[in-house]
Amino acid sequence: MEWETVIGLEIHTQLSTRSKIFSGAATAYGAEPNTQACAVDLGLPGVLPVLNQEAVRMAVIFGMAIEANIAPYSVFARKNYFYPDLPKGYQISQMDHPIVGVGHLDIEVDGVIKRIGVTRAHLEEDAGKSLHEDFHGLTGIDLNRAGTPLLEIVSEPDMRNAKEAVAYMRKLHELVRYLGICDGNMQEGSFRCDANVSVRPKGQVEFGTRAEIKNINSFKFVEKAINHEVERQIALLESGGKVVQETRLYDSVKDETRSMRSKEEANDYRYFPDPDLLPVIIDEAFKAQIKTELPELPDAKKQRFKVDYQLDEESVAILTASRALADYFEAVNKKSGCEAKLCANWITGDLSAALNKAGLDISASPINDERLSGLLTRIGDGTISGKIAKQVFELLWQSAASADDIIAEQGLTQISDTGAIVAIIDKIIADNPNQVEQYRSGKDKMFAFFVGQVMKAMQGKANPAEVNKILKERL
Amino acid sequence: MHNKTLAELSLGLQAKTFSSVELTQCFLDRINQHQQLNAYITVTTELAMAQAKAADQRIANGTADLLTGIPIAQKDIFCTQGVVTTCGSKMLANFSAPYNATVVDKFNLAGAVMLGKLNMDEFAMGSSNETSYFGAVRNPWNINSVPGGSSGGSAAAVSARLAASATGTDTGGSIRQPAALCGITGLKPTYGRVSRYGMIAYASSLDQGGPMTRSAEDAAIMLQAMAGFDEKDSTSVDVPVPDYRANLNKSLVGLKIGLPKEFFGEGLDENVAATLVTAIDEYRRLGAEIIDISMPNLKLAIPAYYVIAPAECSANLSRFDGVRYGYRCDNPTDLTDLYTRSRGEAFGKEVKRRILMGTYALSTGYYDAYYLKAQKIRRLISEDFKAALASVDVIMGPVTPSTAFGIGEKMDDPIAMYLSDIYTIAINLAGVPAMSIPAGFVAGMPVGLQLIGDYFSEDRLLNIAHQYQQVTDWHNFIPTGFE
Repeated sequence: MEWETVIGLEIHTQLSTRSKIFSGAATAYGAEPNTQACAVDLGLPGVLPVLNQEAVRMAVIFGMAIEANIAPYSVFARKNYFYPDLPKGYQISQMDHPIVGVGHLDIEVDGVIKRIGVTRAHLEEDAGKSLHEDFHGLTGIDLNRAGTPLLEIVSEPDMRNAKEAVAYMRKLHELVRYLGICDGNMQEGSFRCDANVSVRPKGQVEFGTRAEIKNINSFKFVEKAINHEVERQIALLESGGKVVQETRLYDSVKDETRSMRSKEEANDYRYFPDPDLLPVIIDEAFKAQIKTELPELPDAKKQRFKVDYQLDEESVAILTASRALADYFEAVNKKSGCEAKLCANWITGDLSAALNKAGLDISASPINDERLSGLLTRIGDGTISGKIAKQVFELLWQSAASADDIIAEQGLTQISDTGAIVAIIDKIIADNPNQVEQYRSGKDKMFAFFVGQVMKAMQGKANPAEVNKILKERL
Repeated sequence: MHNKTLAELSLGLQAKTFSSVELTQCFLDRINQHQQLNAYITVTTELAMAQAKAADQRIANGTADLLTGIPIAQKDIFCTQGVVTTCGSKMLANFSAPYNATVVDKFNLAGAVMLGKLNMDEFAMGSSNETSYFGAVRNPWNINSVPGGSSGGSAAAVSARLAASATGTDTGGSIRQPAALCGITGLKPTYGRVSRYGMIAYASSLDQGGPMTRSAEDAAIMLQAMAGFDEKDSTSVDVPVPDYRANLNKSLVGLKIGLPKEFFGEGLDENVAATLVTAIDEYRRLGAEIIDISMPNLKLAIPAYYVIAPAECSANLSRFDGVRYGYRCDNPTDLTDLYTRSRGEAFGKEVKRRILMGTYALSTGYYDAYYLKAQKIRRLISEDFKAALASVDVIMGPVTPSTAFGIGEKMDDPIAMYLSDIYTIAINLAGVPAMSIPAGFVAGMPVGLQLIGDYFSEDRLLNIAHQYQQVTDWHNFIPTGFE
């Protein structure tokens, strides 16, 4: 039988607010356990949550970016369950009235564009962490993460294979970083995913029974986990078995999913509106304000880069992968006055390679847009050759000097003085009669030998175009 | 000294007729002499004396506030930094908060002296102060009777002059009912008037702190210190706090008093009813007009309350899990054992009963039938109050169906216990302010008259109460043995 896979994703995005969603404690990652948890985060008696407006702003800007309805009235609810890293015994979340309603996101797989529906996105607080190592059979609790704002983005079951799921997840990952609402750091858990997976005979309208795979924190694992789960479900159905509705955990070490709890064992969360918090009212003025803060979104930027800069698909994809890189490119293009292609080549080539090697993000690049522009300007106006430029680039990376200072200091200015070039060329022709003979007898390859000799004699500073021109005349 | 009102005490302190140290010592001695009432869970002798000394200094400097140097006491539901806050429970018998409730901060700022923490029903769940882990409180008017609850320690302490005044909290009547049963004045402010920050939650949408005092004027002074918007409490309301003493002496001529027929029907003790009629006649003599009204949804208040309050409490009390603070059972074998035994051993029967009721009401399949239905009733009740208060200035009625009942009398009959709040609960559901003022005695036990006003009309209620206290002296009676 031919099977069809149906996938829906729930993505938990940690919002990059400075303080927590309901308290003033800091949200920075990696602090000593329990040093970033205040009385509210610890769930001490009598303390009360106060909503962080920045988290609301971030949710709204996300909603606008996916063209969703922003709820004029949304409500925080308590989701009740006991767990040691959930200090209050309930998580403040949203149930019946989420802040972001129906929206969508377009993905591209193998050149085909597909629209994936977003059912809703709601605000909630993250839980703390249970630490099972180093406690001699006991469990340690770190509540630093407790109260970190999360935006849970729930998709429609619109994806039909793991590749689409990954494309959707990547697209969302790119979007939240563009919007500046999430740092996207998956190792630190800033962006994590639960996948709802089911299979059905191709052509069947009803969905099959689904399993939810929890807490997947990489693009690679999403693909693997889904493919495994699909295989498992198909094998089960084809051997006459039945898929049971359950929550499964993906084990990335063993590369398998295993059952966590069945539907019967699932918690009854007993949601009800949190009486400590007022409903969130979002008016037109607030929305209008947020709208002005909405940056150019990835799809629009890609399109503009293609049209305005006439760049190839690959360069556009690299340059627009993050807003910071795209901004860097545009700044260099403007400041250097050089062709877009030259700018793109340097940024996607030498600069990206150096950043990758050093493990740095563009925002931490030792060469800022100003200094790279200085270099490219000198390539553009012929002061230095592309080859010399690579030397200058190295020095730019290592020092704080400008390209012009480096060129002047090292005496790297390109020689376009015809007289000087002619003199050198004549000397080389005179010194190498055999090679001249070979060239004149039709061995065109020998031309490169002469270019190399000239460049060597002039320490690479000769203008290559001039060298070619004069060599041709003299030979 | 201990029989003076807050205003009199303040004058005496300012005039240096007596010092705060002397006054505080006087109250500490009385607390010590009358331990049989069991009004206090914790007496903070050293802290009180230190605060009294600081207050005397402040008075000498001429920077004193109205409450500077006046010994009051806090219901043990308000968190006090460095002083144990038990909430009447074994669960928190060892709990000391690293912060003050906003209300406590405000009294500290005013320079009031804290004598200690007052006994109460466990987690404010009870109408008799018998559910306290620290034992029942006794009514100063008859030590075999309950003082009411949950703010029973507060009512007993103020009535017996073991504190110049006290704080209480009221979720379904917990200020007004014990005030009535102990013959003192109690005010439950409009929901959102007094910050709930640091006040341990029972039912968050109903809980409200307020003063428990010997007179309306004292209540005005106390409320002045307690009220106000608090950015740490999202449900506190940002409306200006008026001068609560400014209108105390306003004439009541032309005042429209509404008497809901539902308040005077079956279930109300006839002697209590007769006492209230006499009190209302007094208002007529003060120039008020009496209007019969009807509030048809009042009868639904108790069932609605006993869905909403337990539902909220079932979540509010989940944080007491033995993991981070409070009681933890010995040698837990695993996580479930830790949870079940810590909670099983540390919560009392009434608390468990309400957690179970609330958990049930919120469960899948029951939510619509119970919780949502109760919320609808709550809106209907609010509408009843709004409609009534559009045509009258104040609604009056009983606070309790009878005078204080005997200790142990209703402990095995939760429904009978719940019905003792029948006249107070609807007010919390609507969120309007209400007072209980002493209105006479039946067989030597105090009777309270309830005054209910529109949202944020505390100053009007205080005026109406004060005018009554100018022509009556029920509020000045002192229980025998506590003179």
